[in-house]
Amino acid sequence: MAVVYSKKVLEHFRNPHNMGEIKDADGIGAVGNPVCGDLMEIYIKVKDNKIEDIKFKTFGCAAAIATSSMITDLAKGKTIDEALKITRDSVAKNLDGLPPIKMHCSNLAADALHEAIKDYKKKQNIES
Amino acid sequence: MKKIYMDYAATTPVDEEVLKEMLPYFKEKYGNASSLHSFGREAFDAIEKAREQVAKIINSTPDEIIFTSGGTESDNLAIKGIAYKNKDKRKKEGPHIITCSIEHPAVLETCKHLEKQGFDVEFISVDKYGLVDPGDLEKAISKNTFLVTIMFANNEIGTIQPIEEIGKIAEQHDILFHTDAVQAVGKEHIDVNKLNIDLLSISSHKIYGPKGVGALFVRKGVKPEPVLHGGGHEKGLRSSTYNTPGIVGLGKACELGLKRMEKDREHMKKLRDTLIKNILTIEESYLNGHKTKRLVNNAHFRFTAIEGESLNLMLDDKGIAASTGSACSSTKLQPSHVLLGIGLKPEETHGSLRLTLGRYNTMDEIEYVSEVLPDIVKNLRNMSPLWH
Repeated sequence: MAVVYSKKVLEHFRNPHNMGEIKDADGIGAVGNPVCGDLMEIYIKVKDNKIEDIKFKTFGCAAAIATSSMITDLAKGKTIDEALKITRDSVAKNLDGLPPIKMHCSNLAADALHEAIKDYKKKQNIES
Repeated sequence: MKKIYMDYAATTPVDEEVLKEMLPYFKEKYGNASSLHSFGREAFDAIEKAREQVAKIINSTPDEIIFTSGGTESDNLAIKGIAYKNKDKRKKEGPHIITCSIEHPAVLETCKHLEKQGFDVEFISVDKYGLVDPGDLEKAISKNTFLVTIMFANNEIGTIQPIEEIGKIAEQHDILFHTDAVQAVGKEHIDVNKLNIDLLSISSHKIYGPKGVGALFVRKGVKPEPVLHGGGHEKGLRSSTYNTPGIVGLGKACELGLKRMEKDREHMKKLRDTLIKNILTIEESYLNGHKTKRLVNNAHFRFTAIEGESLNLMLDDKGIAASTGSACSSTKLQPSHVLLGIGLKPEETHGSLRLTLGRYNTMDEIEYVSEVLPDIVKNLRNMSPLWH
């Protein structure tokens, strides 16, 4: 059965925003599993408690790539607390929805962002 | 943008000559082939002509051809039909069917269904190329085995099974042999007598015929139980009013398929070999299936660190229609059982790409795909955390 994606998903899939790595990232979040077919890495650079820069690397289907791209748009410039409020649902909504079958398996970007923030906080505590 | 179709294993367009042959049977010659009057006889004659045309492509006789609604129904009728016939021969360990792990779902799911009804089914495994070892088959045979069902050629990776050897073993042990030949008809020379095949499934839409029609070869003397009961069509084996236009189309498609087989084979083989040669120049790309024992139109690759659905969508953006065995593209979100069956790890199955060629592909199209694909793979790898 064909999976039908929204225009927005396809736009982000074709021209993903903020794709790449941040070499000196303040926090890195990795979620997913290559066995299942989705693996996501989110890199963040934080300044004055704000996400100054964010990039992603993703192995996965169009939904996985589009949600990664969308989360970087949503999180960029936000404070850590604001960023933590971004949910899987808000990512999907901002993409004009995801096919039902993709809602759980490929909608991992919010989790990856939260992991990156957790990693950032952990590093801060160790350093401070 | 150019549009290039390389998914002929999924379906084919209806050939112009096939369509022409079918058209009168929608509106002018609409009779029910079971009716006595001239309208009925006209349809009846057309169906009997089609039966001859279908018989020829597998070297059977027309009275051994049963028309169905397609490959899936043919597989169901063959396997369930023979199984139900053998149900009463209850022996100590129960009636036994042998099949293999990489069959089409139409065979696999039918066998699993029978398992629930008390039949013993043995799913023998295949090697890394997708080949069944006839020795394994021989070992799997028990006193209660009444049916072996092994596909002629695999729909995903194109591997052609040692059908002649399997046929011999089945004959020696006096076991019926069914083969799903949906992907092989029109591409491989098939002689049901030489190969000792007792039942063989055919689909029309894979050979430039219309969708919704197929056939089952049933060797004379072999008597499956019907699956569809009703008015007693097809010697009581398959009730349902004849789909005259579809059957006429299947007949013509078989006639043309046989006539053009050599030319088609040569054409597709040339294109396929060039395609495989070109694509394998991509770093960490691999061919799935067997190098030589493979369908003339099948090229199946896998690429490290990328995912097949993404790959297919990007190809689609370039006008190229292909297919994948990736879990992400399936409704069950499970990797292809065929790719797992040949021993690939789940993570290796995701980056798969199937390109299946047909009569209407050209060398220019092969060159275009060979040009476009490396960049797409590169782009996706740039994005992938798994790529070094």
